[in-house]
Amino acid sequence: MRLGAGRQLRRNLTILAVLAVGYSLAALVVTNSYYQLILTLVPVWALFGVSWNILSGYGGQLSFGHAAFFGIGAYTVTLAMIYWSLSPWLGIPLGMVIGGLAALAIGTPTFRLRGHYFALSMLAYPLAILYVLQYLGFQEVSMPMHRDHPVAFMEFSQPRIYTLIAVGLLVGGVVISLVIESSRFGLALLAIRQNELAAEAAGINARLWKMRSLVVSGMMAAVAGGFYARVLLVVTPDSVFGMLVSAQAVVVTLFGGVASVWGPVIGAAILVPLAETLQAELGTYLPGIQGVIYGIAIIAIMLLSPDGLYWTIRDRRFAAKTPTPIPDVVATPPPPHRTSVRADTPLLFVENVSRTFGGLKAVSEVSFAVAEGEILGIIGPNGAGKTTLFNVLNGVLSADAGSARLAGEPMLGRKTFEVCRMGVGRTFQVVRSFPRLPVLDNVIVGAYGAGLSDHEATSSAVWALRQAGLADQSGVAAGQLTNKQLRLMELARALAGQPRLLLLDETLAGLGREECDDVLTVLARLRGEGMTICIIEHTMHAMMRLADRFVVLDHGRVLATGLPRAIVEDASVIEAYLGKKWLARQNA
Amino acid sequence: MGGNGRSVDLEILIENVLNAVTAGITIGSIYGLMCIGLGLIFGIMRIVNFAQGELLMLGMFASLYLVTGGHILSFLGPYWGPFIGAICAAPLLFAGGALLHKFLISRVSGLRTAGSLDEGHFGQLIVTLGISLILQNGGQIVFGSTPVAVRTPLSAEAFLIGPIYGAATVFLNKAKLVAFFVAILVATVLYLTLEYTRLGKALRAAADNPTAATYMGIDVDRAYRIAFGLGSGITAIAGGLMATYISFGPFVGFDYVIIMYSGVVLGGMGSILGAFWGGLTVGFVQQFSALILPPQLQNAAIFVVFLMIVLLRPQGLFGRSAERA
Repeated sequence: MRLGAGRQLRRNLTILAVLAVGYSLAALVVTNSYYQLILTLVPVWALFGVSWNILSGYGGQLSFGHAAFFGIGAYTVTLAMIYWSLSPWLGIPLGMVIGGLAALAIGTPTFRLRGHYFALSMLAYPLAILYVLQYLGFQEVSMPMHRDHPVAFMEFSQPRIYTLIAVGLLVGGVVISLVIESSRFGLALLAIRQNELAAEAAGINARLWKMRSLVVSGMMAAVAGGFYARVLLVVTPDSVFGMLVSAQAVVVTLFGGVASVWGPVIGAAILVPLAETLQAELGTYLPGIQGVIYGIAIIAIMLLSPDGLYWTIRDRRFAAKTPTPIPDVVATPPPPHRTSVRADTPLLFVENVSRTFGGLKAVSEVSFAVAEGEILGIIGPNGAGKTTLFNVLNGVLSADAGSARLAGEPMLGRKTFEVCRMGVGRTFQVVRSFPRLPVLDNVIVGAYGAGLSDHEATSSAVWALRQAGLADQSGVAAGQLTNKQLRLMELARALAGQPRLLLLDETLAGLGREECDDVLTVLARLRGEGMTICIIEHTMHAMMRLADRFVVLDHGRVLATGLPRAIVEDASVIEAYLGKKWLARQNA
Repeated sequence: MGGNGRSVDLEILIENVLNAVTAGITIGSIYGLMCIGLGLIFGIMRIVNFAQGELLMLGMFASLYLVTGGHILSFLGPYWGPFIGAICAAPLLFAGGALLHKFLISRVSGLRTAGSLDEGHFGQLIVTLGISLILQNGGQIVFGSTPVAVRTPLSAEAFLIGPIYGAATVFLNKAKLVAFFVAILVATVLYLTLEYTRLGKALRAAADNPTAATYMGIDVDRAYRIAFGLGSGITAIAGGLMATYISFGPFVGFDYVIIMYSGVVLGGMGSILGAFWGGLTVGFVQQFSALILPPQLQNAAIFVVFLMIVLLRPQGLFGRSAERA
């Protein structure tokens, strides 16, 4: 669990306990069997929404095919009961296992896709299963009754018992979701949702966390589906794999509040009774009124409060709340885990690295070395291949040829998060922050990425924030920072992973002179502590003060390497990059 | 005798394959037209429209009511009426699509979301999912759920070509044949319009870079609205044409939305011609899968094909190349 999350978790668990007890008591009072059914269905759909929320809310991987898992649960329970006389008490766990396996099978190919392609492909799975089931002759399957051992087969004459079980299942789902929310799992998912590349560069194995979230989500959805089948006693492919089922999860969650555990619960508590009542009252005259209501509900919520009711209410009522303080940790600067390289071998050794895009040689046979504790400035005109070089080095792009070693270990051919874990921190030309997370969490992502424990990660992040001079802003959402603060925050995120090498891509871009000086002070302090840095920068006056040595790139090739003084007097560098005016001004 | 049996088998095989080819071309071209509609909206404007299948469905019903319901076009007779009706569905759906864009889609697309975290795709998916739910279920309220069709005697008539090999004969369904010609005609006109007129250039510019297009004096919102309208209208024509040979209900759009996305993605994003070829290819795959698979599984086959296209052709998917770090 994340440091400082315990209090929040305890509060949420208390609310959950109160709600669950209250709801169960209300269920005991209701006698009308139709209302009782609605009371049972609310937690079922809420659970389904909670499961969708884990993948699509926290992780941002929008799934329009969650009915696949719901349906798998429903059909597993039903068919297992018919063919093996397996009680739903065991059938639901079995469905959960199969749902998890299905999630693995679906996720393995589908996570190669991003954004709307992922969403559209997820749509195809339940529909393909739906047609196959129809083909196999499972159009309508009823659960056999077991009058001799009703309880053993989850058969109750008292419908309120189903409601109690449903509440129990939902409580389980909410607890799992709360635990995820308050652990590194949740933070990794939130980071991936807001900026996957930045998360990868901070050492987060995005694919692994996405897969984990899909498996948890699929298992939970299967439980909801399996229990739904038990309550309704009859399953049809359309009623559990259909589009409207997938839409339910999306609708209740978006309506209630995305990426909050309470969102799906609120959404289901409002929409399910509303839709069911309308269906019952008007269904005979207006078939499909439920779908229309859902459609209107999600359009309205998307336009009026895109994050859902929970967040809108929270922002309105609790906006003035003080930002979360830094958790009380003894923020001793973590022992820098650099060094153990012999003084005569370079920390970073790049040899003949090339990368082409079609016919364009973006990086061509680039070689250079960076010694421990050195600050290497990489300069060159726009389009010289500087950023591409960084992208190749930290695994965002693959290299066509060449090798790069960090303290003797090969870097190329590894994934971005793996390069980060070798000890390479990276910042981006255009800042890639997690805008809705507080600054501290932004930085903790970097520390988690490096594989630190909860306590270490927090103290490392606090240390990094102090290094960057951002300690006072730690509770502010990153989206509210100024450009300079964002740059520093990105630097802190890279530092929190305790890197041996920092790759800084135009850290000073877009900053005024004074702001520049502030950032330079931070960099100079890092240099004083022995940090090794490669920095791309156009601001020559800053670079002259900062860099120990320059590498000049032009058209993807190394034009010159050497000490700053020698470089700025090199005729070819002046020709290609600095320009004659610059020289004239220097001499003046 | 064995040799004779084999040759009869061969005749049947040849006949099946030839008929799959002709059906693939005719149905595929109509799919191609349908895909052009989505190609305008998704391929070029990059708006994820979940409700495209419902626009197709509305095209079918618009054509149905024009031809039989309102008796507006019934004077044209059962031969010409259905096809003119299909074309007349276009302006209705153009207006509908433009309104939809003006009041809903524009709020989650175009300039408003340019450069935002996911280019507004999240909002578009949700809003168009909502539109899709309203149209499907509202369609059930308005149109009822009994399957209907735009009747033309042509759908029961066929040209026979052959016998080509032994008794192998190709059957060309007349309704599908006329629909095919109409589809090709509409696709050609649209292609020429987009390629050579000022409107077409404005649309493409607005799609390529909405912000830059604004600076060039292009009314981007209007361009998007027109493109969305055109995309709706084109898909509606395809719907009207299909209505002459299939029976349909309010939920018909769903099967086709996947076909449309398959076609557009397969053809490569952002290309009108590509979308047409993509749709044609999907039509072929569908017809040939019918040779092997039982009819219930044909739709499942399309979903599998869609998944394979999306998973195996990533270069077609990330048309805007890799993310710039």
